[in-house]
Amino acid sequence: MSETQTLKKKDFQSDQEVRWCPGCGDYAILSAVQGVCADLGYSREETVFVSGIGCSSRFPYYMNTYGFHTIHGRAPGFATGIKMANPDLNVWLVTGDGDGMSIGGNHLAHILRRNVNINVLLFNNEVYGLTKGQYSPTSPVGQKTKTSPLGSIDRPFNPINFALGANATFVARTIDTHVKHMSAVLKEAAAHEGTSFVEIYQNCVIFNDGCFDDVADRKIRDDMTIDLRPGETLTYGKELDKGLRFNGWGLERCSADEASTWDSTVESTAPSVMMGELANEAEMPRPIGIFRQVNSPVFESETERQIAVAKEAKGEGKLRDLIFQGNTWEVE
Amino acid sequence: MTTTKEPGSDLPLQQQESVVIRFAGDSGDGMQITGNQYATTSAVVGNDLATMPDFPAEIRAPAGTRAGVSGFQLAFSAKDIFTPGDRPDVLIAMNPAALVENIKDLKPDGIVVCNTGNFGDRDLEKAKCDTNPLLDGTLDGFRVIEVDMNQRVKEALAETDLKPKEVQRCKNFYTLGLMYWLFSRPLQPTEDWLKEKFAKKMHLAEANITAMRAGFNAGDIQELFQGRYEVPKCDVLTPGTYRSVMGNEAVAIGLVAGAEAAGLEPFLGSYPITPASTILESLAGMKNYGVKTFQAEDEIAAVCAAIGASYAGDLGITSTSGPGVALKGEALGLAVSIELPLVVVNVQRGGPSTGLPTKTEQADLMQAIFGRNGEAPIPVVACATPADAFDCAMEAVRIATQYMTPVFLLTDGFIANGAEPWRLPEVEGLPKFTKEFRTDAENYQPYSRDENGARPWVKPGTPGLEHRVGGIEKAHLTGNISYDPDNHEFMTNARQEKVMGIANSIPTPEVKGAQSGKLLVLGWGSTYGSIADAVERTNEDEDKVGRIHLRHVWPLPNGLDEIFSRYESILIPEMNLGQLARLLRSEYPQHEFLSYSKVQGQPFRAYEITAKIQELLENKS
Repeated sequence: MSETQTLKKKDFQSDQEVRWCPGCGDYAILSAVQGVCADLGYSREETVFVSGIGCSSRFPYYMNTYGFHTIHGRAPGFATGIKMANPDLNVWLVTGDGDGMSIGGNHLAHILRRNVNINVLLFNNEVYGLTKGQYSPTSPVGQKTKTSPLGSIDRPFNPINFALGANATFVARTIDTHVKHMSAVLKEAAAHEGTSFVEIYQNCVIFNDGCFDDVADRKIRDDMTIDLRPGETLTYGKELDKGLRFNGWGLERCSADEASTWDSTVESTAPSVMMGELANEAEMPRPIGIFRQVNSPVFESETERQIAVAKEAKGEGKLRDLIFQGNTWEVE
Repeated sequence: MTTTKEPGSDLPLQQQESVVIRFAGDSGDGMQITGNQYATTSAVVGNDLATMPDFPAEIRAPAGTRAGVSGFQLAFSAKDIFTPGDRPDVLIAMNPAALVENIKDLKPDGIVVCNTGNFGDRDLEKAKCDTNPLLDGTLDGFRVIEVDMNQRVKEALAETDLKPKEVQRCKNFYTLGLMYWLFSRPLQPTEDWLKEKFAKKMHLAEANITAMRAGFNAGDIQELFQGRYEVPKCDVLTPGTYRSVMGNEAVAIGLVAGAEAAGLEPFLGSYPITPASTILESLAGMKNYGVKTFQAEDEIAAVCAAIGASYAGDLGITSTSGPGVALKGEALGLAVSIELPLVVVNVQRGGPSTGLPTKTEQADLMQAIFGRNGEAPIPVVACATPADAFDCAMEAVRIATQYMTPVFLLTDGFIANGAEPWRLPEVEGLPKFTKEFRTDAENYQPYSRDENGARPWVKPGTPGLEHRVGGIEKAHLTGNISYDPDNHEFMTNARQEKVMGIANSIPTPEVKGAQSGKLLVLGWGSTYGSIADAVERTNEDEDKVGRIHLRHVWPLPNGLDEIFSRYESILIPEMNLGQLARLLRSEYPQHEFLSYSKVQGQPFRAYEITAKIQELLENKS
């Protein structure tokens, strides 16, 4: 299609009225994704957005592509079937901390370990939005909500380390208000062959407003976050004058000159897990960017390969042979 | 018979019309293999046959205990038969537990072959026998053949390098050989099978063949029996090429055939569950036929992947048993709502909950028809026999694709593991129902409907037809999200009418036997054989009762009301507490339905239904 070369961001906007709350972080993510689809030269028809249930999962309705709004937590199953049926499609899976980490935690872990070639965007706002404000599996201990009036006593999931624990081949984090960073990370995710997992810090203006302000607020963001850029030094701050370095079993702050170089391609998940754990340390910058990016066989390609191998070894199956196989006899 | 002198050829040869054998032993004794081999060989010599395995859910319950007894019953016959037989003529008991668990079913005067090598004190203790059943009168009235198979197989394999344990593992083939001798069957099919199975361990193939031949020869040399039997070829079967097929295998092949008839690639998303797992296993072995299989992390992901595959243009299929269907319920509602094809195979087992995983039941009928939130109609097709499962699987694919709907294909444990001769269809004669995808963007509406009430199927990748679907109620035609009250009612009715309209594409089932009168016996699913057998027995002299069998359980076929009105009452034998009877009472309140239920994890015996029919006929006269 000649159309595919000329699509612009607005070509990816559907005619449906967007129904998120005014000020919701989802708007910025939608805009960034539409821009990225145009920048990547996607065609509308080859692109499918799949989601589960929740605020974030309304996303497919707003994309002028193919879209499938499925059931709570199960989007990974649908996405796997779609990719196995047609590996040529660009499949994006939009989920949230409730949909992806709670009811669908099982499926998320399995799609990550299988390495189906899709992009998973996990909108993390540390609260249930669509059901109106209950604590989620990423809510910090002590968070007061309607169902935790005395504070949540659940120990939260760390989505980055959840993904790493499932041996995900691409793991990244970005922030809804950091549009440039988000677009860059999404493009890297799209380019990766295998399941790309991107946690997006997303503000819920109604039920958990400002939940990431301690690191994501524009005024302090440069000093409170560190962008993991593969192959570059672990420096941060407005002037990139601060650094991080590995020291034994941990990370410590240092000057920019002494900073370690970040390698997201090491087979071991150990360095990225250590980075992921910095989320628990108040004195340390919060890592964003690319935690891990390794090559591994892609699930649906392996499926196709095995079918090709079987056809090669046994010949293309004919229905008659299948019916008439084994011991047969004649009745006259 | 061949001209060369065979062992036992001096003994009198009696013709027998039908024989029922039951092999019973420990779970580790290989009774299922033995039974299946016997069935294959009987098929090859041209008998009609039916088989019924009966095994525990545990892979290896403690050896020698009653919990670990595994059985396999088969009937083979010179005439057309419907069931694996009510009571065995011959029982093979490999140990005391197998004997005491099965002897009550043996026909009076039947033959019981006991492996005395396993009747020591320790064996009796494990089987919780206070006295030795060989000596305490348990076997009075039967013809008892005692063989120390442990010792015989040891002698037969004395020359080999096999360890004692490996030697003992060959004794089921000794048994098989002995039974081949008794009913004059050839050894060749099993020898071929062993050589193929143990192609890389030829010494094991040879050991088993030696054991089998030893058993065969023992029949003559040791004068265990007074004579041999012969069951002639069945000559009443419709001419054609036949093979023996098990229900799950027939489902798998039927699904592939159905996909081909629709012009689609089959995709199975499944999660292992007894007794459905062999459908996944079979299809996983059909990759060269273009079959994609996905063993998901659970039942839910399995059905979701199947729906995803249908969304992308494959034929989505999921296979499971009742507990799995319970887990898939929400996704099935989505499939109803987004109106995509999907075949859901439920190989029913005893319930509720884990229930009886390896035993049979038909208690998921209501679950299939109604078991979802909201008004979520799903058509239901039910297989009658193992071979019928092929046709039913194709029919399920036809309905799913022509009506853009999920379809339930119900079978059960009895069909899944049972085998019967299958008259093989030529591909050219199979139904054809090619499904066209919509590619024309002109006037495209995702929720427009054709004459079947089906919406267009569009593959992602088709330019100009991009659209969104989901589980939220959709507006008529556009498919956009709609909370409009009138629209919801309109769409609910549209989905219902579409499914109920399937009735117009299915034939009215044929009534066999009496075309009117006191009683019609109505069945669905695997009760087919027992009902057919019972009604034929009842009608031996004159047509007293009629019988009818439903392949389409939902929607019900047209024309039933007229049929029902020709009888005073309708008897419905079911392996549940009367679910179809309940359904028919609500659909046809003007007729009298009598439920005859059995929930023992075992199929009906024909004599049970015959007795019920007699009782009803007597009460009515």
